[in-house]
Amino acid sequence: MSKLPLEGIRVLEMTVVWAGPYCTSFLADLGAEVIRVESLATFAPLTRGVRAHPTAASLEVQPVFMGGYPDRQPGDRPWNRCPIFNPHARNKLSMTLDLSQPKGMEIFKDLVKVSDVFVENNVVDRMDQLGIDYAMLKKLREDIIMLRMPAYGSTGPYRDYRALGVHIEGVIGHTLLRGYTDMDASANNAVYVADAAGGSQGAFAVLAGLHYRRRTGKGQYIELGQAEDAMPMMGQFFMDYAMNGRNAATSGNRHPTAVQGCYPCKGSEQQGHDRWVSITINSDEEWRSFSEALGRPDWAVDPRFAHAPGRLEHHDEIDAHIGRWTEQMDNFEVMRALQVVGVAAGPVMDQRDAYNDPHLRERGMFQEASQEDTGTHMYPSAPYTMSETPPDIRRGPVRLGEDNEYVYRTVLGYSESEYARLVAEGHISMDYPEPFE
Amino acid sequence: MPDSALSHVRVLDFTTQVAGPYCTKLLADYGGDVIKVERPGTGDAARNLGPFPGDIPHKEKSGLFLHLNTNKRSITLDLKSKAGQKIAKELAAKVDLVIESFRPGVMDRLGLGLEALQESNPRLVMTSISNFGQTGPYRDFKSSDILVYSMGGEMHSTGLADREPVKLGANVVLYQAGSVAAVGSAGALFLSQDDGPGQQVDVSIMETQIGSVDRRMSALVGYQYTGELSVRIPFGAAGYPIGVYPCEDGYLEVTGGLIYFPRVVRALGNPPELLEPRWYTPESQTDPELKDEFEAHFLSWTLQHSKLDAWRAAQESGVLSGPLNTMEDVANDQHFIGRDAFAQIDHPVAGSLKYPGRPFVMTESPWGIRRPAPLLGQHNGEILQELGYGPGDQARLRAQGVI
Repeated sequence: MSKLPLEGIRVLEMTVVWAGPYCTSFLADLGAEVIRVESLATFAPLTRGVRAHPTAASLEVQPVFMGGYPDRQPGDRPWNRCPIFNPHARNKLSMTLDLSQPKGMEIFKDLVKVSDVFVENNVVDRMDQLGIDYAMLKKLREDIIMLRMPAYGSTGPYRDYRALGVHIEGVIGHTLLRGYTDMDASANNAVYVADAAGGSQGAFAVLAGLHYRRRTGKGQYIELGQAEDAMPMMGQFFMDYAMNGRNAATSGNRHPTAVQGCYPCKGSEQQGHDRWVSITINSDEEWRSFSEALGRPDWAVDPRFAHAPGRLEHHDEIDAHIGRWTEQMDNFEVMRALQVVGVAAGPVMDQRDAYNDPHLRERGMFQEASQEDTGTHMYPSAPYTMSETPPDIRRGPVRLGEDNEYVYRTVLGYSESEYARLVAEGHISMDYPEPFE
Repeated sequence: MPDSALSHVRVLDFTTQVAGPYCTKLLADYGGDVIKVERPGTGDAARNLGPFPGDIPHKEKSGLFLHLNTNKRSITLDLKSKAGQKIAKELAAKVDLVIESFRPGVMDRLGLGLEALQESNPRLVMTSISNFGQTGPYRDFKSSDILVYSMGGEMHSTGLADREPVKLGANVVLYQAGSVAAVGSAGALFLSQDDGPGQQVDVSIMETQIGSVDRRMSALVGYQYTGELSVRIPFGAAGYPIGVYPCEDGYLEVTGGLIYFPRVVRALGNPPELLEPRWYTPESQTDPELKDEFEAHFLSWTLQHSKLDAWRAAQESGVLSGPLNTMEDVANDQHFIGRDAFAQIDHPVAGSLKYPGRPFVMTESPWGIRRPAPLLGQHNGEILQELGYGPGDQARLRAQGVI
């Protein structure tokens, strides 16, 4: 087998929450040696957990994607057990230092000298306080690539504004484009599209920088403002404003030309009753096939429904009929019944559905990985595959400070006595100091 | 013209609609030479999708198409004809990367599968973007924007408890798939251009949601750890202040519960009644009476402020927050205008319009618009000329309907 695409590339990251760590997960999947530089002087909320030492009671009230630590228990090292963090921490290394001490910055600088890429997504003033910027990095490593991904960029009136992905969604206009049509925007719950976009496009940015560096020998500073980064994904709505001065509103689950919706299905005791199927009927031909499958051959010849405008006009009536049909059926059964006649239909998959799904299983989307503080589980792998260099999970979610020995002794070449001194000075540990909540 | 990051990359693009073209837009806008192959007469189906100026459909004026196809050159080719396939093969012999979004198996049937193309171009990378991937029992299933989110994404927990799950804004999941495809493509090229092998990058749009950091991976792993499924919660059941709150002229989204609560109280001017210890117990965030009491207080504040003023005041106290902007707000925002985040692009048929601009700034190898989206078949002549087809050959191909 070939070497992996980014083998030999060393990436340092000081990333928090989702966008930054997701970015470097792509680079790690591709074979880069990604080292998380984790300061023991601060605990970044929503990164390795909401808090460093959460109580079991506090985990209990959080949604499962945040508070779903193994068995809802914090364990001895809760920061290695959080489902906000572990899914994107595959294939990475972790080292610790204390950035509140001058020596911590010296260690960081030593690392920069032997690295190719530095990625961070903190609020702008965090890097200012540490004195980290491109000029500083470049002095240490002439051809370094720095990717900085603050919410709104490092200049302009919003430079210091704090945001999670959900706030960026609002600022770029996405929140007003989704949600129920019969409720106002305050019914919208939080989604984090901007984190996903920042992650993948941040990884693309680093790759573009590496391509350029290989051709010219030059590193560079790359700035990805997460709001600007996700704006192109609003393309057609932005263009509608540019062309027609129009502000689009949410269309719920509907489609501009197709019959489309999300319909209730029959559940079982084991599955629960929150079962749904989504259906999209695009063309006149699909409409006829759909009508037959539904047991309504009369619809196939009903002139009101013969073409898209008529179907859209009577969408509510059509929906009521579809719902009465689907609620008698299992949602996977609806998928099979409609896909076999060429109509797009698929279940709303909960997590159990996804893990049991025969398609995802056959494709190996979930892969087994182990980690000492959580055990062995099935994790989602990279969101694409490659025939020669599969971006598989080679290593489970990295624990805080797990690679201190390798990074300090092998990468940096520090002596055994120096290492011991840094342990004593509080740079090297697999635990956050006690005073943290 | 400054040197762009991917100026050395040549791409042959067989994609249509949103996901594939967004991938090749990223490559083209950062310097790649992208040749877009379109079907004679009709072209990319996105040419028929709106928005259109004045809502009047026109092949060269689709806002979606214009946005997604900047910096590309267009050649029309009838891939069902032998002559069309021959030209496609000749083009593929000269590129580093082929990107396609046909149904799985179509490229092979056209004689344009990776193996066939690697005969004359052994290090070729082919990125295939499809609904469900090139293998597996759903391989030939149809899909749509809502299905991607239903089957792949975290739609199960998007919406309200007593309602149907609800999807994201139109096409957002398809853009995300395109950006993932750009990562896989650029990664594979980094290897193939370093004496490594060519290969196939298989992008299943469904899996770009399964593996998405937008709650999905965390919900999946949380399920592994606990056996619990994610849920849609009832309206107003989150802590406080968490969610969307009405303002004088719109809405403000705030994440101010738990550890962030003191910052919100500071933004409200530290009123004594909100400094009482009862707000700071472990149970306070889940107490419905306290929530009601707080929100009455909070709403009277937000409703007296515009969304931008409320946002500014919240940020002064470090509150995680953001206004719900319209596209008009976005396009006219002085911060983004000041950062040059938009592009004004002149197109020979659609005219000069404001477009979304660069996703990120590369200081040495900049993003840039070298040309607007192509007219259908606009570059037939120059691309065929590059392959050595003279004016006579081109006239013959045109007469045969190949181009």
